Amino acid sequence: MTGIYALLTSILTITLRAGTSLIYATVGETYTERSGILNLGVEGMMLVGAVSGFATAYYSGSVVLGLVAAMMAGALLGAIHAFLTVTMRANQVVSGLSITLFGTGLASFLGERLGPASNNHNLVGLVGPRFSPIAVPALSNIPMIGALFRQDPLTYVLYLLVPLAWYYLYKTRNGLNLRAVGESPQTADAMGVDVIRTRYLYTILGGVLVGLGGAHLSLAYAPGWAENITGGRGWIVIALVIFAMWNPARAVLGAVLFGGINAVQFRLQAGGTTVASAYLNMLPYLATILVLVVMTWWEALSHRIGAPAALGLPYMREEK
Amino acid sequence: MKLILRKRETVSRRAGIMVPLVSFIVSLAFGAILLAASGANPFATYGAMIAGALGSGYGLSEVLVKSIPLILTGLGVALAFRMRFWNIGAEGQLTLGAVAAAGAALFWTQGLPGWTVLPLAILAGCVAGALWAGIPAILKAFLNVDETLTTLMLNYVAVLYSEHLYYVAWRAEGYNSGTERITELAWLPRFFGRAHTGIFYALVLAVVLWLLFRFSRWGFELKIIGANPTAARYLGINIARNIVLTLLISGAISGLAGAVEVLGLARRLQQGISVGYGYTAIIIAWMAQLDPLAVVFVAFLMATLLVGGDQIQMRMRLPASVGVVLQGMLLIPMLAGNLFKEYALRLERSDREPAAQEEVA
Repeated sequence: MTGIYALLTSILTITLRAGTSLIYATVGETYTERSGILNLGVEGMMLVGAVSGFATAYYSGSVVLGLVAAMMAGALLGAIHAFLTVTMRANQVVSGLSITLFGTGLASFLGERLGPASNNHNLVGLVGPRFSPIAVPALSNIPMIGALFRQDPLTYVLYLLVPLAWYYLYKTRNGLNLRAVGESPQTADAMGVDVIRTRYLYTILGGVLVGLGGAHLSLAYAPGWAENITGGRGWIVIALVIFAMWNPARAVLGAVLFGGINAVQFRLQAGGTTVASAYLNMLPYLATILVLVVMTWWEALSHRIGAPAALGLPYMREEK
Repeated sequence: MKLILRKRETVSRRAGIMVPLVSFIVSLAFGAILLAASGANPFATYGAMIAGALGSGYGLSEVLVKSIPLILTGLGVALAFRMRFWNIGAEGQLTLGAVAAAGAALFWTQGLPGWTVLPLAILAGCVAGALWAGIPAILKAFLNVDETLTTLMLNYVAVLYSEHLYYVAWRAEGYNSGTERITELAWLPRFFGRAHTGIFYALVLAVVLWLLFRFSRWGFELKIIGANPTAARYLGINIARNIVLTLLISGAISGLAGAVEVLGLARRLQQGISVGYGYTAIIIAWMAQLDPLAVVFVAFLMATLLVGGDQIQMRMRLPASVGVVLQGMLLIPMLAGNLFKEYALRLERSDREPAAQEEVA
């Protein structure tokens, strides 16, 4: 029996580790969408966060500085999206796509340019500082639950961040204003909430968290830089926001589900299964489609899944 | 005095041309800053890109080679975008088109008369692309499932499947990856370097789509659905049918792009089939303002950037991704500038305040 518990604990440990970047980015995107701004730039922002986080940590020797760089990069891209969609009233779908396309290109350029001359200016293949898992004494030995206490510091931060994000959104004045802006900007405006400022603020804040999610990949989960290190995680995040019904606490469930798929995939591959790895690797993407279909069907049965009513719509005062 | 945005009475045609042009210049300027910051001389780099891409017969033929899939996927994407269906799955549709064309040429047409092999391989590519786009179309039309995510997720599935084929299931004996070469019966002829007759399919399709958009009822319906779905419903337009039909065609065009890549260029299924043309197609479609003839010109421009990027990698040891960065940067000023098609920026005295105006920042 101990064998089974050990296996389950190890699967749970990998699940959480794989889910961490997803949780950061999902909480970030949830906040952005709550303000009424859909940001499809998550994939590009995670990539730029990952590359700038790794490069900064590599040269400074400090993982914390790496995190700061990743947050700033995410904030900058978030600010561009906010400028395009809020001030310039660009289509949010196309603007988000352009952030992803730009971010993907920029990340691969930086990855081939920021490295040391000795490595042909390439960042690929370099070993830099990283966040390692720290086992909490005693707690980490409890079967199953121990998985919670064998994580890296960035995962531990989540144990605080997620409840805080939930509390802020549902229990504070600022959270109420944020939800109002996403539901009905006209009403929020009449209440005296600055719609423009709110949308800028939470699109940038979302970018910060998405950037952190990217940094977790290059500084903890798969330390180092590899082109396409995200492997579509940014897109999975968009689906997770829907799955979580725009609730940061439920985002954990979704991220753990997807982290779990990763963990099972990893276990099966390590165990030398006969299923071709290509088919196993398709699982997260197929699961995303399934999640979307189920959520949409659920909503069609007139269960409101809680999408902000003004999501994707530009706000213009003249149309009051 | 205040900076005022005033709504134009008609959409500005001049802005329609100026915005993409200015965007291109702005993105070159930002690219120059990025290059300079990373220690490269921007002028020398741009010079080498242009000389490398357009300064020789070889460069030009390579630009044509890359233009072919870019025009085709650009058309496929523009078609779907016309009705505001965000098909970002051109990459997967292209990949499966390549898979099916290779499968037809390698296995499925054996024993059939020789002259049928090429048309059947092309057809197989179109059908595969159409079916792959049909899945998200049906999900959208009948269950209202968001298409941005479904089309994108299917890209990953398609690429993984193609990798499985050329690394494992269809791998030629004695190779690490890649299938056997396809039979010569299925080759598209080349006429200039590696440039092949796929370009004619692309050009003819561009003209046909342009005519259809302009003169057919279908083109009109797409436009109405894109502009105002509610009005479309009142006009009795069958939206679900249009979504499925249009996406089948959109996917078929991207599938054709994959098919001609295999039949004209690679002549086997191998790594390098999925290199991001389907994503560049999004930039192309938007830059071209969804106009099929403009797609041809913008695709040529994007191909020039890509070949220029390859050239500076060889000549100056700079990353080829410079071309991709410039492409990615194009859309940002373009989106910002679109506002000026509908609004005019004016300096006005602040004591007059008509209703339909608004302050900027």
